[in-house]
Amino acid sequence: MSAHDTASSDHAAGEHREGYDFAHPLPLPILFGVFAALVFLTIVTVAQASFSFFGDYDVLVVMAIATVKASLVVMFFMHVLYDKPFNAVVFVSSFVFLGIFIIFTLSDSLLTSPDQIPVDDGIVMTTTDS
Amino acid sequence: MSTLEADSATDAHGAHDHDHDHPSYLAHHFDTPEQQFDSGKLGIWIFLVTEVLFFGGMFCAYAIFRSLRPEVFEGCSQFLNTKLGAINTGVLLFSSLTMAWAVRCSQTENHKGLTALLATTLSCAMVFLGVKAIEYSHKFHMGLLPAGFFSYDPAHPHHEGGPNYLLWICLPFIIAQIGVVVWYGISVLQGKKFQAAVALPLIVVCASFFGGVGLGTILESGDSTEAHASEAGEHAGEGHVAADGHDHAEHAGDADHAKPESLATLEDQVAGTEYGVQERLATDATNTGVQNELSAIERQSAMASGSAIVGNYKIDATIDSVSSEFLTPSRAGVFFSIYYCMTGVHAIHILAGIGVLVWLLVRSVREEFNRNYFGPVDYVGLYWHLVDLIWIYLFPLLYLIR
Repeated sequence: MSAHDTASSDHAAGEHREGYDFAHPLPLPILFGVFAALVFLTIVTVAQASFSFFGDYDVLVVMAIATVKASLVVMFFMHVLYDKPFNAVVFVSSFVFLGIFIIFTLSDSLLTSPDQIPVDDGIVMTTTDS
Repeated sequence: MSTLEADSATDAHGAHDHDHDHPSYLAHHFDTPEQQFDSGKLGIWIFLVTEVLFFGGMFCAYAIFRSLRPEVFEGCSQFLNTKLGAINTGVLLFSSLTMAWAVRCSQTENHKGLTALLATTLSCAMVFLGVKAIEYSHKFHMGLLPAGFFSYDPAHPHHEGGPNYLLWICLPFIIAQIGVVVWYGISVLQGKKFQAAVALPLIVVCASFFGGVGLGTILESGDSTEAHASEAGEHAGEGHVAADGHDHAEHAGDADHAKPESLATLEDQVAGTEYGVQERLATDATNTGVQNELSAIERQSAMASGSAIVGNYKIDATIDSVSSEFLTPSRAGVFFSIYYCMTGVHAIHILAGIGVLVWLLVRSVREEFNRNYFGPVDYVGLYWHLVDLIWIYLFPLLYLIR
């Protein structure tokens, strides 16, 4: 049968037609569960920033929590878990290249010069006695 | 293979009165709706990849400057209001939920629900922008501007005069609100039901911006009372001035070089009209972090009420050494350049999202989406989730640095 025959509503077959009814609606409990997890993790991030549990590893902890949140959004809200795997490969590859970009630029910047910001200090702190 | 059982979805959308032999939503060059959907979806994913790399450049700039000058980021982050940032995170997460739910509604052909959820998503976007307007206008007003324009003066944090930044930011939204209300009025009077059905949710959407402005104002004003409290308490004991100076000296590398001044003169300075830097920061309404820190220090000094240990710290904790660490126009300016660039480009993405969501809203009122054609909703949803994703990283990186 030709493509147009398949597509035509006049020829709609009772059984499942190829290329139709492919939608996969996410169940509402999953959506609300993911949202609750995201809000919880946001509260955790703010709380740990206020109380300083981890000292110097603070940035790593914060980024780890952010990454967990991001993967929740990507997997469920962005539907990647139920999507064609190729889309996930495309998206994740962007982060691979982003990592290469940032690591190489950062190491280059740290190896060359400490600080290239032109300094024009001494203007802001006008701490004269009134 | 023809049966009487017609596909209700395609049937309802004028496949019959169309010249062609396929549903009206299916483009000619696609065999099936699924093929059409998958092609579009791959396209939007590739677009999102470019978006990630685009924002990646700014995250890279952030990483470089933070690795070079961590103390500048720690110091300047105190100017950002964590409460407003957290509220905005929640609002954006909620809008992501409603967007994902809207995609579900478009797949289950719940047209009313789709329209309502798209309008909710739009309203959340507007609340986000409203809170952002409060944040920006406060910083503009204090001279916390990008490098080259940075003119923050701790002694006089609130500049006298100057334009009313909040009004200027709000102006386009005020015009939009008036325009939408007028549009709704006209379309009701002329009996255009479709236009009225589009304009009515948009009235709520535009009003949400001012709801966001109000929310931001309430949170800011709540902070300013705290600021006055800490301001009043800063003369109570001189110990905490040195103590929080020590706090800065601890994570600021260069501050270790003690000034060759005697303890007595330093104490005179502290007792005089010169305030600690953090106290000055705390007088500003946006610095919740500093205010919390100050109140904690006050409680500590009230409990301890000893000065021997505190006195030791005074040597390397002069106000000059602290100030030169981060609050210079060049270095703090660079932080605010990065701040405005990242949050500003993110806000532009929100605006673009609002644009496409309004387009979806119009099509949703027309009931153009069905279970075989929900691609546009899904693609816009993916874009919206990416914008949310970027904010998930921006919020801790900018607001939650200690």
